[in-house]
Amino acid sequence: MGDDILVFAEQRENRLHAGALQCVTAARSLAGKTGGQVVACVIGDATDQAVAAVQNAGVDRVIVVRDASLRLYSPLRYRTALAAAITKVGPRAVLMPATFMGRDLAPRVAVCIRGACATDVVDVSCGQNGAIDARRPVYNGKASCHVTLPANRVAVISIRPNVYAPSSGAAPGAVEPLAFAAAPGDDRVGARELMRAGGEIKDVAEADVIVAGGRSLKSEENFKIIYDLARELDAAVGASRAACDAGYQPHSRQVGLTGKTVTPKLYIACGISGAIQHLAGMRGSKVIVAINTDAEAPIFKAADYGIVGDLFKIVPLLTQEVHKLRHA
Amino acid sequence: MKILVIVKQVPDSTTVIKFAASGRDIERGGVKLVVNPFDEFAIELAVRLREARSDVETITVLTVGPASAAEALRTCLAIGADNAIHLQDAAFDSLDELQTAALIAAVVRERGYDLIVRGKQEIDLDSGQLGPALAELLNLPHVGAVTKFELAADGKSAVANRRVEGAEEIVPLQLPALVTVDKGLCEARYPSLPNLMKAKKKPMTALAAADLPGFADAVGGLGGSTLERLEPPPQRPPGKILKGEPEQVAAELVALLRSEAKAI
Repeated sequence: MGDDILVFAEQRENRLHAGALQCVTAARSLAGKTGGQVVACVIGDATDQAVAAVQNAGVDRVIVVRDASLRLYSPLRYRTALAAAITKVGPRAVLMPATFMGRDLAPRVAVCIRGACATDVVDVSCGQNGAIDARRPVYNGKASCHVTLPANRVAVISIRPNVYAPSSGAAPGAVEPLAFAAAPGDDRVGARELMRAGGEIKDVAEADVIVAGGRSLKSEENFKIIYDLARELDAAVGASRAACDAGYQPHSRQVGLTGKTVTPKLYIACGISGAIQHLAGMRGSKVIVAINTDAEAPIFKAADYGIVGDLFKIVPLLTQEVHKLRHA
Repeated sequence: MKILVIVKQVPDSTTVIKFAASGRDIERGGVKLVVNPFDEFAIELAVRLREARSDVETITVLTVGPASAAEALRTCLAIGADNAIHLQDAAFDSLDELQTAALIAAVVRERGYDLIVRGKQEIDLDSGQLGPALAELLNLPHVGAVTKFELAADGKSAVANRRVEGAEEIVPLQLPALVTVDKGLCEARYPSLPNLMKAKKKPMTALAAADLPGFADAVGGLGGSTLERLEPPPQRPPGKILKGEPEQVAAELVALLRSEAKAI
């Protein structure tokens, strides 16, 4: 184990995940203390654009594991590939975005290399006596948990998206290919197909802006005003559990404890009262706007900006205002 | 086919969090404890497989936890599991997630389960480490956060769907395997009162550290993260409530989001 910090720079279909550059920022702050290098690792098949994106983000080296069998995610093949990169670099810590892929891969890799693991971390730093300190939200964001990872094991850490700013750098990092050798049995699982949801509206898990509606929308048709605002903001549409259970929106759009946890830069909650389960899924958002007729609704306690009023009046006006701004 | 479902007992999601004097846990007195909601989908999947097929021999449910966790096991027995394993020992309390996975691996390795099911994460400490870590320890393929699961007629393979950012992965896998399940896979059922009564007669095995000679070795070689303290989440500054006519507040909000929050 050395002083370097390895970043698993997640890509899908040759597009680097935004969280990868945020991990580089966290990695640079750790490497500043350990005195090591920041090394990125890109795993996939055609990865040139993803490699270029991370190469210029302030990393010292980029290790590229390319193979046709790595085109889509497989927990086994990606574990084998990342473990090989870890063996080559011998890092102090491995960081990756806490995406569906990163949350899946981090514990598996941590066991494989006999390391230690922390997931969905919002702050990571070098602690005392060589330990690594991490802070992560627990109990639906109702508490914050400080964890130390021991000095004698490689720390494998997934970093919550949109907490760290993206990194940028001057000199491009050196690219080093690393041959992929599958381990026996690695073909027992792997994605066969990646189906894009389609349509112009983004998924809540990948959007920087989310416009979400609650049961007050009263019907699927009425969600049109939410979609209109979302389109104007290039945002995803989210919904509360009540709205999904009522059939106004599919469960894939549900934000909350049993839906998706999201941390966009802007979250606009329309007609959502702010049940604790919903707050659990969105309170990590950078800026929160609440629009609700009930001035006592708990959502206003979480909001940076609140409007007490009728969403059926306010939301179309917001769409108009944003449109004016965008076309000014 | 033998199915293992791993569950955790957690505080109900509406629990008001108070911190214990140690600073390392929450105050447990009076807190309502439930089966982790994602694990409810796991037991539901197992029971549905049994209802749809003729080759499911046993459904075993396992938990690691204090004496109170037996209640969670009984709920799962009432929903349809056949037998339960309760790993309970003060020595288990200090294990981190990877070490807990190693403990479970040591117990289940020789029992020959064809399918292991678990919720994608726990709603208390939210780590989601256990499923993938256990799969690695048992050298099993796994698929995480599954929303659809179709087991082949011969029980030797399956196709799982999992949601990812903006897309869905279609993932074939071979059994034996482990899957962690997400919401959307199925609606979990409640146990009926008669079934809760019958569940009391179903076998429950309690195992402590002394019953597991390889325990120390199994958990000694990995993990070791320490929960140092819990504290309230960072406070957000109080928000601004905009007042006035709809036209006026809409314009004001968009201006603030642009100039002050720099969010659009």
